[in-house]
Amino acid sequence: MSNNTIKINDFVIRFANVNGTGSASANTMFALSIFRMGVPMTAKNVFPSNIQGLPTWYEVRVSEKGYLGRREGVNLVACLNPQSLAKDVATVMPGGYFVFDSTKNLHKEFLREDINYIGIPMMEICMREYTDPRMRQLFKNMIYVGALATLLNIDLDVLNGVISDEFKKKPKLIDPNIYAINLGVNYIKANYDYPLNIRLEKRNLVGNKIVINGNTACGIGAIYAGATVAAWYPITPSTSLIDAYGKYASKLRIDKETGLNKFAIVQAEDELSAIGMVIGANWNGARAFTSTSGPGISLMSEFLGLAYFAEISTVLFNVQRTGPSTGMPTRTQQSDILACAYASHGDTKHILLFPSSPKECFEMSADAFDLAERLQTPIIVMLDLDLGMNDHLSEPFEWDENRIYDRGKVLNTEELEACVQYGRYLDLDKDGISYRTIAGTHPTKGAFVTRGTSRDEYAKYTEQGEEYVKNMEKLTRKWETAKKIIPEAELYQSSSNHKIGMLFFGTTLYPALEAMDILKDQGIQIDAMRIRAFPFTKAVDDFINQHDYVFVIEQNRDAQFRSLLVNELDINPKKLIKILNYDGMPVTADCIVEQILPNFESILA
Amino acid sequence: MSYIKPPFRHPDLPSNELGYSKKDYEGTISTLCAGCGHDSISGAIVQACYEMSVEPHRIAKLSGIGCSSKTPAYFLNNSHGFNSVHGRMPSVATGANLANRDLLYLGVSGDGDSASIGMGQFVHVIRRNLNMTYIVMNNGCYGLTKGQDSATADEGSLSKGGSTNLFQGIDLVGLAMELGASFVARSFSGDKNQLIPLLKAAMSHKGFAFIDIISPCVTFNNNVGSTKSYDYVRDHMETLGTLDFVPYKNEITLDYQAGDSKAVQLHDGSMLNLHKLNLEWDPTNRKSALEQINQSKDKGEILTGLIYIDQESTDLHSLIKTTKQPLNSLTEKELMPSLTDLELINEDHR
Ligand SMILES: Cc1ncc(C[n+]2csc(CCOP(=O)(O)OP(=O)(O)O)c2C)c(N)n1
Ligand code: SF4
Ligand SMILES: [Mg+2]
Repeated sequence: MSNNTIKINDFVIRFANVNGTGSASANTMFALSIFRMGVPMTAKNVFPSNIQGLPTWYEVRVSEKGYLGRREGVNLVACLNPQSLAKDVATVMPGGYFVFDSTKNLHKEFLREDINYIGIPMMEICMREYTDPRMRQLFKNMIYVGALATLLNIDLDVLNGVISDEFKKKPKLIDPNIYAINLGVNYIKANYDYPLNIRLEKRNLVGNKIVINGNTACGIGAIYAGATVAAWYPITPSTSLIDAYGKYASKLRIDKETGLNKFAIVQAEDELSAIGMVIGANWNGARAFTSTSGPGISLMSEFLGLAYFAEISTVLFNVQRTGPSTGMPTRTQQSDILACAYASHGDTKHILLFPSSPKECFEMSADAFDLAERLQTPIIVMLDLDLGMNDHLSEPFEWDENRIYDRGKVLNTEELEACVQYGRYLDLDKDGISYRTIAGTHPTKGAFVTRGTSRDEYAKYTEQGEEYVKNMEKLTRKWETAKKIIPEAELYQSSSNHKIGMLFFGTTLYPALEAMDILKDQGIQIDAMRIRAFPFTKAVDDFINQHDYVFVIEQNRDAQFRSLLVNELDINPKKLIKILNYDGMPVTADCIVEQILPNFESILA
Repeated sequence: MSYIKPPFRHPDLPSNELGYSKKDYEGTISTLCAGCGHDSISGAIVQACYEMSVEPHRIAKLSGIGCSSKTPAYFLNNSHGFNSVHGRMPSVATGANLANRDLLYLGVSGDGDSASIGMGQFVHVIRRNLNMTYIVMNNGCYGLTKGQDSATADEGSLSKGGSTNLFQGIDLVGLAMELGASFVARSFSGDKNQLIPLLKAAMSHKGFAFIDIISPCVTFNNNVGSTKSYDYVRDHMETLGTLDFVPYKNEITLDYQAGDSKAVQLHDGSMLNLHKLNLEWDPTNRKSALEQINQSKDKGEILTGLIYIDQESTDLHSLIKTTKQPLNSLTEKELMPSLTDLELINEDHR
């Protein structure tokens, strides 16, 4: 059964693989070829919390219009995993294609009337061509990539170029891989009509963009920002952030003369210890960071409170996933908003940054270190699994080579010498930010004992209520100062005079913009604002005030971000309408539109 | 109540080699109970640092939470201090040390702080051989929360309220040995003559130096039947020997008496001269040290003195190959890669 309309550069391909079979790199090469044909694409891994043997999926959305969010409705499934066959057949859209290994016949129950089947005897070809079982497995991956390339009209020169680059360091592997690709290509050419009705055409739509994941971007950002100490405890999906930092540090941060490291990475015994090390290092004047996910945030909470009250700069990346430890740790969510905004006991609140793209990850990672030192407080950079671990099309990274690290208010030896009476927590500039000193700076001036709140402005021990209140007011002043220097929210319309608005943050950006377009096509205009940081700035307050109703789109069940808006800006909750997605998959434009439309009818009526 | 001592300096006060008087190493007046063992330890720290002629601002003092962990306020006023989180001083000290390898790190903890809530961090800081002196002011109870038994309370020890501790005590010295600590000692807050040279040796040691100091809690655990009371400890102390600390600057003229003396060279060139009481024991031999610990345990004695030292010890920085220059002193020039590097990164992702 075939569909006659030809779809160029607008479809979704889903690979169904088995964990640990080397399919990941084959899939990545497939996606990269599309990118190198100048066509926007976005790729997402859907993987289990397991190392080998369970089903994994890899989705590639191709979008000429540049929509980079996930889309439901899979046009073609390439099924390499007998285990998930039934489910995979069911996911194909009517009129779509099901590519499978036809070495064994497909059972009748998997035959659907409304889709097209493309069988390729992959195992048979492998058995014929290769003797080593490992080779059979690895080259099977290349065979299906070659077959799909032909079916979808991927430029073979481009694909071969990707392969050559992939094996740059092991050039002996280039020819055998290209050979395997051709096995797939030739089988399709001999047995099927090609290309399919869904197909690629070269374009010039990606400019000088790059394809990279958010964790790598953050790791590189930390290197450029001068971070020297990284302490961490392994947890998906945050591990690859530290890995990236380590990988680039061992290239870019080795002292040329001595071969010694201008960085220190310590794998701690738990997240409690990791954040303790980060706080200790920052306290002692180094730029230090850790990265974790939900369970780690819970463990770090006591320390985060101390850093808030004792005013110690701290940078923490939270790559969010679904909770708890035995939740779906390899699925994405934005569900630590409240846990991070108010982490710890007592009156605490923390600055959060919400990057949406790898480029923003790179920039916010670097800015987090400046903000942390300027404001002497923890900065939590809130990624999610989708942003952190999946490859995204992104603007290339840019950097000002004359950038000076903003170390904030730190007194050096001369300044201390000139100081009559040093007080660590005095608010001399009335901005809530005091002058700090670092151990070892001056023989007789500037030393003090750091502790929570049982101290006065001179850091001398006291349990006086007035001193406590004075200090809390100072921290509130600092919170106001923060609003002036954190990243401002972004608007997506030239003027904002509609009655209805939508607010979102992080990875919801692309599906939200796509939803805006879909609604516009239906004659519905919505203003959109993307919030990039907490605390909320005046612009956020104004946006909500200017609109009768605002949809708040987020990826958790309890509308945590909405609660934060209501609580911090004193908003009438009725004004903020929840648009939620929390199944562990990145939110789609369709999901947003479907939830918005019914509301829309009732509010306009 | 809190008050600061007036910064009064008497012209006739004796001073050390660097010209600092003992006052320069003191802290604010203690708010602990009169007679608390912890205060004597603070005094010994002041004396040791003064005698060693360390610049006070080149020391960082860190602690967890507890009466013991309050003491950093009561010594070394000219040093930065950090009264951190219950049981987590080791991680904060690790971070601080990673940031600046050039300071002396003095960590103060309690038996609750180290042997219960902070056991994990205690174990791992030893494993990493962090270059620091780690003091446990060990009173067998939780002083600050009013005297509950701690994990180092001996089985059968009687609390002030009359209840008997049912559980085995954790011996931090044995544990530190087991974990491979590179300097292990035990002392008693009431024995300054032993404690001061031990503190100096610990601070001169490169790598992790652990001193378990029995420090009676006069308010909650100094009763008859407690095994951490002044009387009990005095009666059951077995000293491995007396020791002198000879700073590397002083010429070493030692009276060797074959068999009962041993000179140990420390990392900075200082010497420890041990007048051994037990001839079988060799503080540079792990096996012999472990044997000694077991023997005293069997005899019901509290073994004190320098128990073990690894003179060849390195530290975390050597293990992870960090630059000699403290990381916190590196600037944009040393840390920021070039634009060309960034362009290469971009190119790699196209
Ligand atoms: C997370 C946490 N739990 C409990 C406490 C309460 N607390 C304060 S001090 C202390 C025990 C201290 O005992 P120890 O370390 O032996 O010190 P000491 O007072 O005996 O010197 C406890 C349980 C705390 N501060 N933090
Ligand atoms: S309660 Fe015990 S440990 Fe605490 S200060 Fe008093 S005597 Fe010392
Ligand atoms: Mg205690």
